[in-house]
Amino acid sequence: MISVKNLKIQQGNFVLENVSFELPAQQYGVLMGRSGCGKTTVLEAICGLRPIREGSVKLANRDVTRLKASNRNIGYVPQDIALFQTMKVKDQIGFALIIRKWSKTEIKKRIHELAELLGIEYLLERKPQGLSGGEAQRVALGRALAASPHILCLDEPMGAIDDDTREDMFKLLERIREQTKVTTLHITHSSLEAERLADKIFIFQNGKIRCEESKT
Amino acid sequence: MKKKSENSLDYKSPSDIPFYIGLILIGGIYIFFIVGLLLADTTYTTVQDFKNIFASREIRFAIRLSLFSCSLTALLSIWVAVPIGYLMSRFNFPGKSFLDAVLDIPIVLPPLVIGLSLLIFFQTSFGKMIESIFPITYALPSVILAQFMVACAFAVRVMRSTFEQIDQRQEQVALTLGASRSQSFWLVALPAARHGVLAAGTIAWARALGEFGPILLFSGATRMKTEVLPTTVYLEMSTGNIEAAVAVSLMMVTAAILVLVLVRSFGGGRLYL
Repeated sequence: MISVKNLKIQQGNFVLENVSFELPAQQYGVLMGRSGCGKTTVLEAICGLRPIREGSVKLANRDVTRLKASNRNIGYVPQDIALFQTMKVKDQIGFALIIRKWSKTEIKKRIHELAELLGIEYLLERKPQGLSGGEAQRVALGRALAASPHILCLDEPMGAIDDDTREDMFKLLERIREQTKVTTLHITHSSLEAERLADKIFIFQNGKIRCEESKT
Repeated sequence: MKKKSENSLDYKSPSDIPFYIGLILIGGIYIFFIVGLLLADTTYTTVQDFKNIFASREIRFAIRLSLFSCSLTALLSIWVAVPIGYLMSRFNFPGKSFLDAVLDIPIVLPPLVIGLSLLIFFQTSFGKMIESIFPITYALPSVILAQFMVACAFAVRVMRSTFEQIDQRQEQVALTLGASRSQSFWLVALPAARHGVLAAGTIAWARALGEFGPILLFSGATRMKTEVLPTTVYLEMSTGNIEAAVAVSLMMVTAAILVLVLVRSFGGGRLYL
C-alpha cells in the first residue's frame, strides 16, 4: 500500500502542502491533475528523490519518509524513461539484481522471465539508442520490475507513444498487474487511461487530492 | 533526393549575398593566416633537419620527457577532473561560485605567473618541508607539476560540461533500483561520460605539451634533465639553430593536430573546444 499523509514539499518558490491519499495494497491508482500542479513532485517524493519537509510516506506498511531512495524497494519509470545510455537491454533489466548480488544464473533467468512478460526478448542484446518509444517504455518497465518491488511508480508511461502502441501498452499494464499484483501509482493527464486501468483515481486540484473510486 | 539539413541556410536570396560574402571574407582571412603560418614553417625546414633532431641525444631526451610528462599529467588531470567535474555539475553547496572561480584561475593567469607562484610556494616553510622529503623544484616532478597546474583546469571544465550534458534522471533511477550514490556514479554516470573522460585527457595532454613559461621558471631549462619540447625550441632559437627549432615546432604542430582530430572524434568539440 501507499499512504501519504500531510505531505509538505518545497522546491524553490513552489510549495505543496497537506497532500494526503491512500492506495491499498495490490491496487492500481491513477493520479491526475493539470500540468504543473505537482503530480511528478509527489511521485518523486514517494520515490525518495525529493526531500519531504513535513508529513509522512508509508510504503507496504513501512514508514519510508526519511529512508533513502535505494532502501524503499520501489520500481520507478520516469516520464523521460531515462534508460542507461551505455547498457544493453539485458543489463538494464539486470541492474537492480546485480546491485542486490543475485547469482548470474538467477539474473539470467529473471531477465528472460521479464523479457517474455514484456515481449522484448528480441531486444535483449540491443542498446537503448534506436529503440522506439514503446520499446523503450517496455524496457524501462522491465528494469523497474526486476527486483519485484513493493510499489511501481509510473510517470506518464503513455506520454511518448503513438495511438497504435497505446492499446498494446494498456494490455501490457493490465498483464503486469494481473501477474505481479504490484501496487501501482500511475500519473497521467488522460481520463481514458484512468478509466481503463484504475481501481482508484486521485485528482489533484488546488493543492488537494480528491479520491474517486473507478467506475470500471 | 538528398534531404536538406534543418540548419542549412537558404543561400539563394540575392539580398543576403553581401552578408555571406562578409562572413566568408572575415573567416577566410583568419583561416588563410593559420594555414599560411604552418606552410611557412614547412618551407623553412627540410627532411635533413628532422634527421638531425632525431640524431641529437638532447632532443631525443626532450621528446621522451615530453611524452612521459604529458601522459602522466593527462592521467593525473583525469583523476582530479572527474570528481571535481561531477561535484560541480551535480551538487549545490555554499561557496560553489567561489570554488568555480578558483578552478578557473589557472586558465586566466599568465603561465609565467603560475611558474613564479610555484617557485615561491616551494620557498615557504610548508613547501620546504615537502622539498626535504621529495625534491621537486628544478627536477622532473617540477615539470609534471607545472604542466598539471594548467592542464588540469581545462580537464575540469571538460568534465563538468560532460556531466552537465548527461541526464541526471538516469542516476536517480539507479538510486530507486537500490544503487548507492557511489554505485550510481561508477555504473551509470561514469560510463556515460567516457567520451568526455577521453576528451579531457587528450586536452590535458595537448595543454601539457605546449606548456613553456611555468616550466622555464619552475624547472629551468637544463638539457638532459628538465628539457621538454617547448624548451628545446627556446634553447635551439637562442643558439641560432633556427632549422632545428622549426623542425621541433612542426613536430609539436603535428601532435596538436592529431590531438584535435582525436578530441573531435570523442565529441570534445561539442563539450568544450
